[in-house]
Amino acid sequence: MIPAVSIENIHKRYGSVHALQGIDFSIAPGEFFGLLGPNGAGKSTLISIMAGLVRADRGHTRILGNDVVRDYRRARSQLGVVPQELVYDAFFSVREVLRLQSGYFGKGRENEAWIDELLVTLNLVDKADTNMHKLSGGMKRRVLIAQALVHKPQVVVLDEPSAGVDTELRKALWEFTRRLHREGHTIVLTTHYLEEAELLCDRIAILDHGKVAALDTKQVLLARHPYRLLSLFVADAGLQLPDSLERLLVTRTDHQITLRLHKLDDQIGGVLDTLRDAGFIIRDLSTQETGLAEVFTQLTSFHTEPSAA
Amino acid sequence: MTNPLGNWRGMLTLFGKEVRRFLKVSMQTLLTPIVTALLYLLVFGHVLEDHVQTYAGLTYAAFIVPGLIMMTMIQNAFANSSSSLIQSKVGGSLVFVLLAPLSSLEFYLAFVAAAVGRGLLVGIGVYLAAYWFIGLPIYDFITVLMFAVLASATLGSLGIIAAIWADHFEQLAAFQNFIILPLSFLSGVFYSIHSLPEFWQGISRFNPFFYMIDGFRYGFFGESDVAPGISLLITASFLLMLSALCMLLLYKGYKLRR
Repeated sequence: MIPAVSIENIHKRYGSVHALQGIDFSIAPGEFFGLLGPNGAGKSTLISIMAGLVRADRGHTRILGNDVVRDYRRARSQLGVVPQELVYDAFFSVREVLRLQSGYFGKGRENEAWIDELLVTLNLVDKADTNMHKLSGGMKRRVLIAQALVHKPQVVVLDEPSAGVDTELRKALWEFTRRLHREGHTIVLTTHYLEEAELLCDRIAILDHGKVAALDTKQVLLARHPYRLLSLFVADAGLQLPDSLERLLVTRTDHQITLRLHKLDDQIGGVLDTLRDAGFIIRDLSTQETGLAEVFTQLTSFHTEPSAA
Repeated sequence: MTNPLGNWRGMLTLFGKEVRRFLKVSMQTLLTPIVTALLYLLVFGHVLEDHVQTYAGLTYAAFIVPGLIMMTMIQNAFANSSSSLIQSKVGGSLVFVLLAPLSSLEFYLAFVAAAVGRGLLVGIGVYLAAYWFIGLPIYDFITVLMFAVLASATLGSLGIIAAIWADHFEQLAAFQNFIILPLSFLSGVFYSIHSLPEFWQGISRFNPFFYMIDGFRYGFFGESDVAPGISLLITASFLLMLSALCMLLLYKGYKLRR
């Protein structure tokens, strides 16, 4: 089967900075793929190489088997890119912009029905004849998505689609992206909202300093960090924690103890029994599963909040 | 090998977009240059009427009309391609064209054709407006059209090159103010180079805009400072050279595809 995206030994330098150092992976047709990494990891450069906006120094990138340099027409026709920045041409209305984008891809009047459908799907009908510069940020984001889809590409790249949008629109975008995926599109998503990647993606690549730090299914990546946090609210503030639980302690205040438990080795029941035996009266408890954020921090050199490159 | 003109519909769309862009602000892109050229005609035509030597039997006002038309055309052809490209480059909306399956040749032809379109529209506008004051017959329409198209295409190409090179608007303005404007003013718009001292005549012959204006003027009067065939050859060579450079920059993606 021809991969939707095939990236072979991609190298890119910007002066003395080796931005991409031999990136190698492929994305199968129909996958929902996440591309994560801290600032400067090389995500945007890699996406730009896929889209033909940046030329790689070495290596090959193919979209559905079409080389993005040698066979750029076919490669670009199969690819729809939603840029990260809210860029627009202030001379034109929403419908004009979509017609122009459709025309650039060699499509004529036969594509009008699809343009109308996109306007409906993305709730842009009321704004169809409004000039781009009069739209809100959220509406501009919708138009960017419509522009990326106007030529019916098989592979859709969303570069930080949720950046700067409110919660309601973010959820609408997630639902729309899921729908595209259900309809058979291959989706490549970069995001700095790790819960977004965790929620949507089947497989995830984590880039760090221009290299692939991890590439696996979401389940396997999450299993790399098999811990959960157990927070306990206890009645007596002065009791000594049993020695066997000291190694699990994360934080302790007067009435709250937080322990980090290994999902396989540390059973919650056993921990609670040990505490009761030591005289603790437990008034309340809560658990918190570790997510992609912990995996991300563990795998990259990034130790604060991750963001897009 | 990919056919460089395989996406003709994409090319026509880009051309149409560029034309609509300048038509949407026609007050600025068409009317203003026509009015400016008329002001030059009224002021210089009146003030210098008896001071500048032209061809025999020709009033000074009539003499400067073709030069003013050509100067307006070349300045606007340059402004069209350069301002559109730098605006979309700096603003980021150029990405929509760069993501499309358009070849370098299609990109080039669409931008240059739109620049020629604006050049011809302002040229016709200046001619018609001037006609109210000075009835100016055309000696050889084909020559007029040929020089109008070649000169506009040349400056359209130069506009693309300048916009690719410039990183911000100020650099482009400098290119326009320190190269295009002086070269077009010093190209014989307001005088015949035969009225200049020999040294300045020689210098003028290194100015490619001089040949555009001189050949264009021949189309109106059947007279020129140099043979129209030479002007045509030099103008066409200049266009070829700039087109080749422009294509090379677009093909390499210089400052466009990092």
